[in-house]
Amino acid sequence: MSVRRVMGTEVEYGISVQGQPTANPMVASSQVVNAYASSTAKARRARWDFEEESPLRDARGFDMARQVADPTQLTDEDFGLANVILTNGARLYVDHAHPEYSSPEVTTPLDVVRWEKAGEQVMLDASRMAAQVPGTAPILLYKNNTDNKGASYGAHENYLMRRSTQFAEIVRHLTPFFVSRQVVTGAGRVGIGQDGRDTTPERGFQVSQRSDYFEVEVGLETTLKRPIINTRDEPHADPAVYRRLHVILGDANLAEISIYLKVGTTSLVLAMIEDGFIDRDLSVEGAVRSLREVSHDPTLKHLLSLRDGRRLTAVQLQMEYLELARKYVEDRYGADADDQTVDVLARWESVLDRLERDPMECAEDLDWVAKLKLLQQYRDRDHLDWDDAKLHLIDLQYADVRPDKGLYHRLAGAGRIRRLLDDATIEAAMHDPPVDTRAYFRGRCLDKYADSVAAASWDSVIFDLPGRESLQRVPTIDPLRGTRAHVGELIDRSDSAQALVAAITR
Amino acid sequence: MAQEQKQPRRSSQDETTTEEVAETDVAERKEMIDEDVDAILDEIDEVLESNAEDFVKSFIQKGGQ
Repeated sequence: MSVRRVMGTEVEYGISVQGQPTANPMVASSQVVNAYASSTAKARRARWDFEEESPLRDARGFDMARQVADPTQLTDEDFGLANVILTNGARLYVDHAHPEYSSPEVTTPLDVVRWEKAGEQVMLDASRMAAQVPGTAPILLYKNNTDNKGASYGAHENYLMRRSTQFAEIVRHLTPFFVSRQVVTGAGRVGIGQDGRDTTPERGFQVSQRSDYFEVEVGLETTLKRPIINTRDEPHADPAVYRRLHVILGDANLAEISIYLKVGTTSLVLAMIEDGFIDRDLSVEGAVRSLREVSHDPTLKHLLSLRDGRRLTAVQLQMEYLELARKYVEDRYGADADDQTVDVLARWESVLDRLERDPMECAEDLDWVAKLKLLQQYRDRDHLDWDDAKLHLIDLQYADVRPDKGLYHRLAGAGRIRRLLDDATIEAAMHDPPVDTRAYFRGRCLDKYADSVAAASWDSVIFDLPGRESLQRVPTIDPLRGTRAHVGELIDRSDSAQALVAAITR
Repeated sequence: MAQEQKQPRRSSQDETTTEEVAETDVAERKEMIDEDVDAILDEIDEVLESNAEDFVKSFIQKGGQ
């Protein structure tokens, strides 16, 4: 494989109710998700009014929302927290005390960017809709990973991998990559340590939002004793063929190039691991400690100790992976490599070269550098120490999802951060599913047959059809079936869910 | 295929500035960069939440995954 594979991301957003620091975050998160769910479900409710013979359907508005819960999230169901599937195939719900957007399954890094950025716009709309409810204080959402007071929340990546790959090989080759990739993928943070209190004058800023919250190398946990490599194994696909690698150490990125390189380079490294291509051991001594040390040195001069005796900076260690990836793509594809694989390799190299020379040269590409540059400009102009509240505010407000207040958005709007996609492309992805995975089937069914969809999840769509006593479950166990090529024409010509289900089961 | 979509600066003044840079000496260029930095900081000053200390203090989250 190349940079292409079935993948997706999940982002938990920071949430606060303006002027009410003690507001219950679960309630606020539910308000946000429910506001979006109600506004997008208007058409369905109108139609329910025409079908009075079916009182159950009235209750289904949020029942359906709950039933789409991923089976692992049944505790959420106990709380009755909001949970909906969108017509773009994504899932919008409340996880723990945060609103979360899980992107639909896609197959390329650029599509990860597109549907993850669409999620930011969904969150923006959701918060605006929630604010329209009379008596509701404005709810602010942040695409970041920490409150700088000890709490952290995740931005996870999911990569479908071959089951036949030994997990020990994944751990061995992926750990050094994860320790070092933050120089590309970090979102930047003011504050050192989990509670952010260590703001000694010369070390107040670090590369990654998340690195201080990782305590072990491998494990199943996601909320305590977080591991660099997470072992959750729940493929949402045929478990005999696939595993889903659940990556929990990444930062929530706003810069499109940061997201693009994060998933593009990781997917390439996974391809090399699956194919047994990595012929050397790049293991780093003390991975957990090293992860922090790399993050704590934005000059990128910190030297990692490799088990083979070498001392390399994180950028140099990334260059080792880049060199392997170049050889791998040349070896497997030669001139036939697909455009995005070629593009990811070129951008990765360009970014690493510049980081090696002077990290500030990446201020138009990468979140952490853009943020650091802005902070440094404030420090120079106003003579601020790293513990100054204004610098902490800039860190926080960088991630505000509102285009007028969010500093990422202000910088991108002023042409100071490069983009890969235009606004219209992202906006369309708020509603349209990707065409080349089962998310297409899920999204189209929710769009066209909303009345008849009782529930949906990653691996099934469940219909409630007139005249049928039991629910009709259509499994979607293969992520690469149910694409537009498979079912687009069938859905186009099926006027009703009955017709669709009849055609599928015939 | 990723297409670079660098958003255009909003004012035509910026374009003029870019053309002029090639002909100016280093001191003048530095002055322009300084002005450019001042402009973005002025813009951001306007949108920063007031009372930074209270705002940052009141951002308290429960942990997530």
